[in-house]
Amino acid sequence: MDDHASVASEIEPAQLLRLHRQMLFLRMVEEAIAVRYAEQEMRCPVHLSVGQEAAAVGVCEALLKTDHAFTTHRCHAHYLMKGGDLVRMLAEIFGKADGCVGGRGGSMHLMDRDCGLEASVPIVGASIPLAVGAALADRLDKKDHISVAFLGDAALEEGAFYEAANFASLRKLPVLFACENNLYSCYTHLDQRQPSRNLTALPKAHGIRAWEVDGNDVGAVHEAAHEAVTHVRSGQGPAFLLMHTYRWLEHCGPDNDDHLQYRPEEEYGLWRERCPLVVSAASLRERGVLDDAVEDAMRAEFVTRIDEAFAAAKQAPLPEPAAAAGHVYA
Amino acid sequence: MPERIINLAEALRECLAESAARDSNVLVLAEGAEDPVPMFGTLRDVGERATAEQVIEMPVAENGLVGVAIGAAMMGKRPVVSFQRVEFALLAFEQIVNNAAKAHYISNGEHKVPLVVRLVVGRGWGQGPEHSQSLESVFAAFPGLKVIMPAFPADGKGMLAAAIEDDNPVIVIEHRWCHYTTGDVPAGYYTESLDGPRRIREGSDVTIVATSYMVLEAMRAADALAAAGVQAEVYDLRVVRPLNLSAIEESVARTGRLLTVDTGHHMFGVGAEIVAQIAQRRFGDLTAPPRRLGLPDHPTPSSRGLVPGFYPDAARIAEEVGDMLAIPVDKVAGVVDDLRRLRGDLPIDVPDPFFKGPF
Ligand SMILES: Cc1ncc(C[n+]2csc(CCOP(=O)(O)OP(=O)(O)O)c2C)c(N)n1
Ligand SMILES: [Mg+2]
Repeated sequence: MDDHASVASEIEPAQLLRLHRQMLFLRMVEEAIAVRYAEQEMRCPVHLSVGQEAAAVGVCEALLKTDHAFTTHRCHAHYLMKGGDLVRMLAEIFGKADGCVGGRGGSMHLMDRDCGLEASVPIVGASIPLAVGAALADRLDKKDHISVAFLGDAALEEGAFYEAANFASLRKLPVLFACENNLYSCYTHLDQRQPSRNLTALPKAHGIRAWEVDGNDVGAVHEAAHEAVTHVRSGQGPAFLLMHTYRWLEHCGPDNDDHLQYRPEEEYGLWRERCPLVVSAASLRERGVLDDAVEDAMRAEFVTRIDEAFAAAKQAPLPEPAAAAGHVYA
Repeated sequence: MPERIINLAEALRECLAESAARDSNVLVLAEGAEDPVPMFGTLRDVGERATAEQVIEMPVAENGLVGVAIGAAMMGKRPVVSFQRVEFALLAFEQIVNNAAKAHYISNGEHKVPLVVRLVVGRGWGQGPEHSQSLESVFAAFPGLKVIMPAFPADGKGMLAAAIEDDNPVIVIEHRWCHYTTGDVPAGYYTESLDGPRRIREGSDVTIVATSYMVLEAMRAADALAAAGVQAEVYDLRVVRPLNLSAIEESVARTGRLLTVDTGHHMFGVGAEIVAQIAQRRFGDLTAPPRRLGLPDHPTPSSRGLVPGFYPDAARIAEEVGDMLAIPVDKVAGVVDDLRRLRGDLPIDVPDPFFKGPF
């Protein structure tokens, strides 16, 4: 099995510009949530993806709408990039009847079957086997969809990952394990939770092909994701994509919690310098496809879109209490 | 002795620090054991007076690590494993049920598993279906496990110490809102017996048995009912398993009426077992059918729009008691209105500061 270390980015400028746009959109959505959270109208825990945009954007760019995605507590970016509707996402976070699951789940349970975002599960590791199961069903039904399990570095500590990876590899199932290593589980660094070794050794030990990329370089993520997805879709079995990235805000909530000093200032500083948007913007500007005017226009467009979505979500009605008793059984 | 008013979270922290300091076999395991706010602060500085090896950072690997704790317990360690939500221990359910609960039995009494598993019920602020469950009755279904639910600071500190000293696996279910209850807590190490319920209010008209946070709602209801001339006797169940109902039996023999209030689902809940046992043993003493309050028969929704009516509260308890006693509707309505008014405009998904105490 050959090593697929660092894929160099050879992405076309037009495509990179599109990915940059999507990252900017995600950034602005999450920042808008963070800013407005203090209004206390979004009454559920939120796990924001600021700093990790390139992973969701790069992976989802390589997927088809008909592919299935399963994700975690940190699901906003995956939901939106898989094609989820912003108003329905915000309405869910606001606990509204128009939310993507009618207010039942809040921020940690986003889903939209129309775009293949099948489930977000806030129990670490718990959605990984579901992705493998979806892949099994597609295999049995002779459909050419693939499934993606988004996971964090901590999920690699859970038995569920190993059990699911073993079976996926055994049956050569069409599933991509997309792992965002942001170095932390809540306040706890990877080094306090796992021995030092390359994380791709874990899937490789199951006979699963693995790619490893700079998770803040959206072009590199997309290229690696594209290769991994091509491998999976061609029926050669599962793939694992390791993306190194960093969460900027607190684990759960709208704020920066670095006053707690659980992570070194220099570490955060280095990752901020490697902001996914800065990386892509630099490349785009160098190639002459991005300038201040283009950037400003994008921002203006998104401000309007996001403001409108917040207004719609806020205006939407709360669900009726009686609705809580529905859907216990099919 | 001067008063020392602290909350339950702080009292539990003191207990853990003192337990670890006095017995080097006590091990403290948690995901984020050395966080800035470990386990809602209840593990803060716990290792300070103990040795560094006693505090163990847990990978996010619940079944494996609870199994590791059980193995260490079989060799004489006294591990305390803390989870920030009840739900995370479901991944460790296999180890808890098959190994912890049964090792003593299967080994013909040779193995002991002095394990403590602390679980927090995360009510409020839209926690939703997988971060707010109160599953005491699930754990209580297994012989070999003990299940305790401290509600008050002084009691909780001593109960946790007793759980750590206990040679059996003890599941401690802590309601997040109870962490804020305050009271006069003795300094230093002590234990409180895990022998059964405590009567926290005397009365002659109805016996209310509540668990954890619902004890506080029941007390509030009882106070309001007293204004309407109804005397409710309130018990804090404390220990779900082993279930010792002798005090409740004696109470029901006097009041003739039993109402249970669970923090978990009422179906197959703790109240169901209590009602069944009392009905079997004290049928002749009952003057009204016993009743159960608890969570309705569906998962916990996140939205504040879906939550009204989901959790029993003092007003609901008062209504239920009024109905059991066939008190004129207008009289109960006054009590219920007063209770609802007390809550004022407070949103439904945050704790009402009333229960903070001190008690
Ligand atoms: C089984 C389980 N254990 C613990 C938790 C508490 N928890 C919620 S998020 C989280 C961190 C997970 O870290 P990682 O998988 O790396 O994802 P990240 O938050 O970094 O995106 C933990 C421990 C949980 N939700 N489920
Ligand atoms: Mg992480």
